[in-house]
Amino acid sequence: MAAREPSAAHVVLLEKLIGALTAKGILTEAEIAAKKSATEKASPETGARMVARAWTNPEFRARLLADGTAAAEEFGISLAGNPPLGVLEDTPALHHLVVCTLCSCYPRVVLGFPPHWYKSTAYRARAVRDPRGVLAEWGTMIPAGTQIRVVDSTADYRWMVLPVRPEGTEGWSEDQLAALLGAEELVGVALPKVARAQAA
Amino acid sequence: MNPQFAAGARVQVKNNRPETLMRLHLRTPHYVRGRQGTVLRALGRFPNPEDLAFNRPAPEKMLYHVLFEQQPVWNEGEAGDTLLVELFEHWLEPVEG
Repeated sequence: MAAREPSAAHVVLLEKLIGALTAKGILTEAEIAAKKSATEKASPETGARMVARAWTNPEFRARLLADGTAAAEEFGISLAGNPPLGVLEDTPALHHLVVCTLCSCYPRVVLGFPPHWYKSTAYRARAVRDPRGVLAEWGTMIPAGTQIRVVDSTADYRWMVLPVRPEGTEGWSEDQLAALLGAEELVGVALPKVARAQAA
Repeated sequence: MNPQFAAGARVQVKNNRPETLMRLHLRTPHYVRGRQGTVLRALGRFPNPEDLAFNRPAPEKMLYHVLFEQQPVWNEGEAGDTLLVELFEHWLEPVEG
């Protein structure tokens, strides 16, 4: 989807707002530039690297589950001015699915911009009510013995899923494991598949 | 201030409609209002977004992760499936044993 050109009126409004914020000493131009750069650099690769490390390093896994914000900072991601990050641990008995029914809260610092489907009213309304149906449409079949926990990101935290490490990945490097993971796996609409990395 | 509710506490979400009285940035979904759930854990204190978003004084409120069973909420779904929702303390009431 191509970005639309901003309207001239919006550009003027933005310039006035930045002018007022900097004149009042609330923000500096440098702070705005740093924030823009961090926002544009954020991508699911960060979340993927964190999960791959958790799969291979039990101590990091414990830190990630205890305090996602501090664990992200170990990867050089500053969460200053951002909501804290929580990490949801999948097990063979429990699968997490993240949604924001009220708007589109998303762990942007570790996953980047939310995909368009995550913001759609269809996903937001249906994920809480019929999670198994929604997942089936993604081709994600959750066995009847595995409970689904839909995490509605309603308030001040942002949530990322730590999926179960797939079988057949014994001895893989962090880079190989990270290649199994994208935004879909990290919010729980898809499960990491070994074939995906082998085909790459 | 310590959390009013400990992990494992049964709570009921108030079935209120404060948005009919004033402008509030509400973070309590309608589908859990009036429903009973279980506190999983306290998440910490945050300025009350209901007021913060409208530039009113926004005292910090304790936020919880509250777990609900799917079936009683929707009258459908798989037994054992759950919903986990962030809710502020002033929306929660204790449920007697």
